[in-house]
Amino acid sequence: MDYSLSSLDYSQFLNMREELSLMLVILLVFVADLFLCKEPKDGESLSAQKKSPIAWVTLTLFTVHTLINLLPCLNGSMDTISAFGGMYQHTAMMTVVKSVLNVGTLVVFLMAGGWLNREENRVKRGEFYTITLFTLLGMYFMISSGHFLMFFIGLEMASVPMAALVAFDKYRYESAEAGAKFVLLAIFSSGLLLYGISLIYGATGTLYFERLRLAFSADSLINLIGLTFFLTGMGFKISLVPFHLWTADTYQGAPTVVTSYLSVISKGSAAFVLFTVLVKAFGADDLAVEWNRALFWIIIVTITVANLFAIQQQNLKRFMAFSAISQAGYLVLGIMGGTAQGQTALVYYLLVYMAANLGAFAVINVIEQQSGKIRIDDYDGLYNTNPKLSFLMTLCLFSLAGIPPFAGMFSKFFIFMAAFNAGYPWLVLIALINTVLSLYYYLLIVKAMYIKTNASPIATFRSDNGTRAALVICTLGVVLFGIMGVCYSYIDSLSIL
Amino acid sequence: MNFLSIFVLIPLLMLLGLWLVKDQKGIRSVMVIGSTGLLILSVALTVLFLQERAVDPTSPMLFTASFDWIAPLHIKYSVGVDGISVAMLLLSSIIVFTGTFVSWNMNKEYFLWFTLLSAGVFGFFISIDMFAMFMFYEVALIPMYLLIGVWGTGPKEYAAMKLTLMLMGGSAFLMCGIFGIFYGAGGQTMNIIDIANQLNGAHVIDLAQQHIWFPLTFAGFGVLGALFPFHTWSPDGHASAPTAVSMLHAGVLMKLGGYGCFRIAMYLMPQAAQDLGWIFLILTGISVVYGAFSACVQTDLKYINAYSSVSHCGLVLFGILMINQVAATGAVLQMLSHGLTTALFFALIGMIYGRTHTRDIREMTGLMRIMPFLSVCYVIAGLANLGLPGFSGFVAEMTIFVGSFAQADTFHRVLTIAACTSIVVTAVYILRLVGKILYGVCTDEHHLKLSDATWEERFAVICLIFCIAGLGTAPFWISNLIDGGVAPIISNITKFTADASLNPFM
Repeated sequence: MDYSLSSLDYSQFLNMREELSLMLVILLVFVADLFLCKEPKDGESLSAQKKSPIAWVTLTLFTVHTLINLLPCLNGSMDTISAFGGMYQHTAMMTVVKSVLNVGTLVVFLMAGGWLNREENRVKRGEFYTITLFTLLGMYFMISSGHFLMFFIGLEMASVPMAALVAFDKYRYESAEAGAKFVLLAIFSSGLLLYGISLIYGATGTLYFERLRLAFSADSLINLIGLTFFLTGMGFKISLVPFHLWTADTYQGAPTVVTSYLSVISKGSAAFVLFTVLVKAFGADDLAVEWNRALFWIIIVTITVANLFAIQQQNLKRFMAFSAISQAGYLVLGIMGGTAQGQTALVYYLLVYMAANLGAFAVINVIEQQSGKIRIDDYDGLYNTNPKLSFLMTLCLFSLAGIPPFAGMFSKFFIFMAAFNAGYPWLVLIALINTVLSLYYYLLIVKAMYIKTNASPIATFRSDNGTRAALVICTLGVVLFGIMGVCYSYIDSLSIL
Repeated sequence: MNFLSIFVLIPLLMLLGLWLVKDQKGIRSVMVIGSTGLLILSVALTVLFLQERAVDPTSPMLFTASFDWIAPLHIKYSVGVDGISVAMLLLSSIIVFTGTFVSWNMNKEYFLWFTLLSAGVFGFFISIDMFAMFMFYEVALIPMYLLIGVWGTGPKEYAAMKLTLMLMGGSAFLMCGIFGIFYGAGGQTMNIIDIANQLNGAHVIDLAQQHIWFPLTFAGFGVLGALFPFHTWSPDGHASAPTAVSMLHAGVLMKLGGYGCFRIAMYLMPQAAQDLGWIFLILTGISVVYGAFSACVQTDLKYINAYSSVSHCGLVLFGILMINQVAATGAVLQMLSHGLTTALFFALIGMIYGRTHTRDIREMTGLMRIMPFLSVCYVIAGLANLGLPGFSGFVAEMTIFVGSFAQADTFHRVLTIAACTSIVVTAVYILRLVGKILYGVCTDEHHLKLSDATWEERFAVICLIFCIAGLGTAPFWISNLIDGGVAPIISNITKFTADASLNPFM
């Protein structure tokens, strides 16, 4: 491949279909927000102001973007593309991952309506949409990177605006605190990551993944240190134990909508990127042994510690934080061995996890918006007052716990199967025993909703239409992604290493 | 679509129907129509199976069909039945049918979960693909949590959680075992029959692998089959569950354990079954005796029956682990017999409890005069449970012990004799119980005003007694059916001989 600058050809931008399309959406939303959102006139209160149609504009544009890029066979990116001298790499599988992120973001947008319509947030609605889409764009670049520089820019683009989102409820003390924590740890982990990357550059003289694979091996200490720093930095992003300490506080403090975005979209994209980079850049045989060994212990500690902590939580958002950490541990199981089967299982797991987790968050969010209640014992007797919401929540929790016929059981089965096939049967057994622990705490919520009684239960209410739409999408996903074997088969047909 | 899939389709349609109907009458008619349909279907299947078997006596499974499901992982939706599964389907449909009448006054949500549970059970028995089996197995487990937790009695939250977690723990081991079998056998098929028949019958799973995955798989299913020391969920769970759920759980669900042990663990890993079967044989021996003695000291009617179930389900695993044709046939007969007897017992206990509002045997006496119908049926159930000739229990236990005694070495003989003592102990607790609560003079004024069974209760009980007596007086046609199903599995296992050096007691 020719890496010289003279070969730069502007038509190469056309290879970045998804990024261009998303960029267009962002610009349109940005401009639309400029004209649609008016300053309140003197003496006019904010609540009396007419609602700006920015939500509709964003949802429409983003839905169009999601639909045209839904499947690689539809938007014509079935081929493996390498542009800008290898800086930008694209495979059909990446389109699928980006689609999963798109659908997830769409669901987040749908459920955000109630929260954004509150008086204090009304003027900031446009900002919420643009910032979120910017982080998504960062993840796109991170996923499609073929070079550590591109990777790092994407990563930063995804995490710096995220801090603004976490602190979006700036009038709330916890939200600001969470934002500060998030930004400090994001910078700290980026620092570690950069240090690792610079060591790698020092050892090999290149940052292209493909060249690194050839130049990089486990025979010198500096390489291993570089790899360690890289893994640590990514561990912070995916919130693997022992780099998870920011997670619970940030998840608790952030607005629930943002928490759901963090727990699915941000985490999922980082996990997929970790797979790609490990296999592409650190794929040398002796090096693979090293990172597999590291991940082996990280997974065991992550799943076990997160489950043990989740059991003790009373605040649902903290609870979901630890649940998300343990789910991240299962997600990383797909990386073990770096096999094509693992890649498929990981992407499929991500798809199912997106539906189930966002569904649970949609319920938590709408209840928080309607009643301000967020503790598990507030949910006592929820089935008597809001049977439909409780039922949907139960479906999502069952899916998260891996109970058939919901999709969660399929994704767990497949990801365990991949790790087993890669040669880690005992790791699978430990993870499986942990699923029983996780079932215990998911059932605690089911128990609260169905079995316990409450003197002052959450009142019966009708959820807003956005939340309803989000719940319909998530429920369909939870019910259908598993039973329909074609989902897995399609993803599998695209997996290449 | 193969007609076996209708067994899953009917419960799914029932779910839809239950969701749509509004009043109690509608719920009842959906349940009665659906469960009658299942009963008719399973009887028709039995007749068709016997006809087809007469034509084609060799193939291990009949009415097979297979559809690609998740092609990249070689997972298929495969169905098929042999003699054992036909018998189990018959049992399940009888229990679901009578369970409907026993839970006549329950509400819609209860029946939704109840039907989901039965969908899982039927799906499990028709599947011959390990993934599909596992999926249906878990579908059958999880509704128990809500059924016990919401509609149960006593310490229901504790019991529901304990039951669910222990059974799910079992299925965690099971999933690992399934991976072991799948990849050990080459990773090309999840179909049980295909794996068993690979290389013209010689197993392809490496011996060292078998020795790892056999205990995991067997213990995984064994948890549901009340294998000592994993049986502790069973007394608490059964005691807290509502009546029809106890019936279905003890009557059918616990059979999933024994069926799975036989069909997956032993059939697919025959060498390990020969080598390591002794460990589980000792454990089931303990189950049998320990369950019977524990039942003697209980004072709660449901606990007595739950421990009695541990003892009788222990005999199922005991029979299949003897690895010979007679004992294994007896074990399957015992599954049927225990399913029917325990269901009858739990139904009667539920009816008595519904009237007296106590299950403590110290607070009840002289019920025979107050509710003669229920009491007479209770005596019949007790006699069937202790193995009186003429009832199904006798046939099953007799066959198991005759088969077990055919194993001529000291180890098996000693265990068989130990297990036989359970018959005597069973007689002790059953007769004492019957004497205590049914005979004598009732002194409790509240009890004197109680009424006897209603028509739907009578109907359910009479159906079950009819089946038990039928199985006991004319066991040959069903034992022929079972015999044909057991034979290929046993012959697959007995091709291998046990490595005696692995058993310190030989």
